[in-house]
Amino acid sequence: MDFKKHLPTAGLAASLIAIQLITAATGSVYYLTQLTMVAYLGLLIIGLCLVMGYAGQISLGHAGFFGIGGYISAALTTTNLSATLAKGHELVTSLDHLGILVHSQTIYGEDLLYVHPWAACIVAILVTTVIAFAIGIPVLKLKGHYLAMATLGFGIIIYRIVLAMEIFGEADGISDVPPFPLIANFAITGDLNLRISNYYIAAIVLIIGMILLQNLIHSRVGRALTAIHGAEDAANAMGVNTTKYKLYTFVISAVFASIAGILLTHYTGGISPSDAGVMKSIRFVAIVAIGGMASLWGALSTGLILNFMSLRGFFGSYDDAIFGTILIVIMLFAPDGILQLPFLQKLMHKGRE
Amino acid sequence: MALLEIKAIDKKFGGLHAVNNVSFNVNEGNIKAVIGPNGAGKTTLFNLVSGALPIDSGAVSFSDTTITGLKPYQIARKGIARTFQNIKMFHGMTALENVKVGMHPCTKAGFWAGMLHLPWTWTEEKQIHKRAMELLQLLEIEEFANIEATSLAFGQQRAVEFARALASNPRILLLDEPAAGLNIYETAEVARLITKIQSQRITVLLVEHDMSLVMDISDEIVVLSFGEKIAEGTPGEIQHNEDVIKIYLGE
Repeated sequence: MDFKKHLPTAGLAASLIAIQLITAATGSVYYLTQLTMVAYLGLLIIGLCLVMGYAGQISLGHAGFFGIGGYISAALTTTNLSATLAKGHELVTSLDHLGILVHSQTIYGEDLLYVHPWAACIVAILVTTVIAFAIGIPVLKLKGHYLAMATLGFGIIIYRIVLAMEIFGEADGISDVPPFPLIANFAITGDLNLRISNYYIAAIVLIIGMILLQNLIHSRVGRALTAIHGAEDAANAMGVNTTKYKLYTFVISAVFASIAGILLTHYTGGISPSDAGVMKSIRFVAIVAIGGMASLWGALSTGLILNFMSLRGFFGSYDDAIFGTILIVIMLFAPDGILQLPFLQKLMHKGRE
Repeated sequence: MALLEIKAIDKKFGGLHAVNNVSFNVNEGNIKAVIGPNGAGKTTLFNLVSGALPIDSGAVSFSDTTITGLKPYQIARKGIARTFQNIKMFHGMTALENVKVGMHPCTKAGFWAGMLHLPWTWTEEKQIHKRAMELLQLLEIEEFANIEATSLAFGQQRAVEFARALASNPRILLLDEPAAGLNIYETAEVARLITKIQSQRITVLLVEHDMSLVMDISDEIVVLSFGEKIAEGTPGEIQHNEDVIKIYLGE
């Protein structure tokens, strides 16, 4: 077995643990809230990096997939179905028999009935998969600017849908999303008493995602994807079904974004339209571009740092402006990512000697 | 016996009749060359056979099954490999990795197996590595295995491209102007490699502009001019064919 391949992952795990210990030692545990959110967003970033850096396709609609995941799980776990059940609606009754509905009562003794978060999560992932296929099949025939425009259009559609539909809370979004129960007493929740365990849950989810994608890019599929990026027609002539590979990569990436949306929504207890907005998509693309498109580690590190700074309010109300500027500057001066800048390359070279 | 049969294929680009009713066979184990002046339709013919361009009419069959209308990747999986006139190395990949991509059709690990790094894929990866190294050895470029392919000299890239094409264990190799952009020494080297490939019992169909290369190594030659086949025969016959002499030397 190739151990070297897993060294960076071990390094990531170690630094995540170190960060937790530092926050505990310095009495700045409150940072963990943002760090947890950043780890979930990291899942989306590495998924987008797979599409952009390895398959060579751009998506300006990834906040849309994040939104689909987050909104569907939020809507299902917060819409009270008790009235529908009382009316004897067949679908709800059979769902209830399947045991995927949760019964509870308000303090006034009124019945409450919601879809279980796990069931909601599975539905959200399935819907994302279907939508990703439906969007990906026609759209991935496009290249370059056209693909960017089409995915941007998709992002706008999702944003407008959540803004317009009552079930998605219109401009207010959805709040009071319940915790997401895991094994034993662990749950994904913003409860301050569970801050440390939630930080580790997010860290573990991110590391699993990273291992899956690392494995993928070092496999036969990863080689085929890099080949598509390098010379698509030659890859096709080598027997690679380029259409299928681009599509599957897009769908996997969409599912990563969706899972990030689902878990983050349960963690923060809510989701609002701006989370699914186009500016978020642009931000994610900027982050992947800074990290150097074809580098999962580069994209992940910039993602963790910049998202953290943004969440801690470093950029104030200029948040979107800053990310827009970063995107322009990167495209002008370091289109291969900042790690490829000549002076940094020299530095790293010296470091190796 | 005919391995590849090209039957009356036709291709028009607007008003230009790029390939006009061309038919010929490629026999198993042979090296067959298609020659002709610039603009004769050689590369178009090549792209029609490899599926890169759709055929207007006519048919191509390989080992008695028709491959007309198949996509390039499907044709590759049938055992037809190709190279490109302007060598298309995969950017950001070493020579070895380029060859490994060539083994795509004869290996299996998909998205799930890849993400989960399933144990059987480890064995497959080992086999891929071994075979890719063997091919680099066959083409005498194993010393460049871990160098990024695009930074190699043109002649070496050509050899990597041959190895990459051979990686799928093809029955026929289509070479699109293998001597394009090479100097006379490199051309001689390529000629030697092509005969070496033939000795591995692989049929070769090449499209070429360089007459010296073609005359030396081909078993049979087809001559195209303005999209039409004007002659077919052994190198000796072609050299003495008056029509061929006319188009190459002028009247």
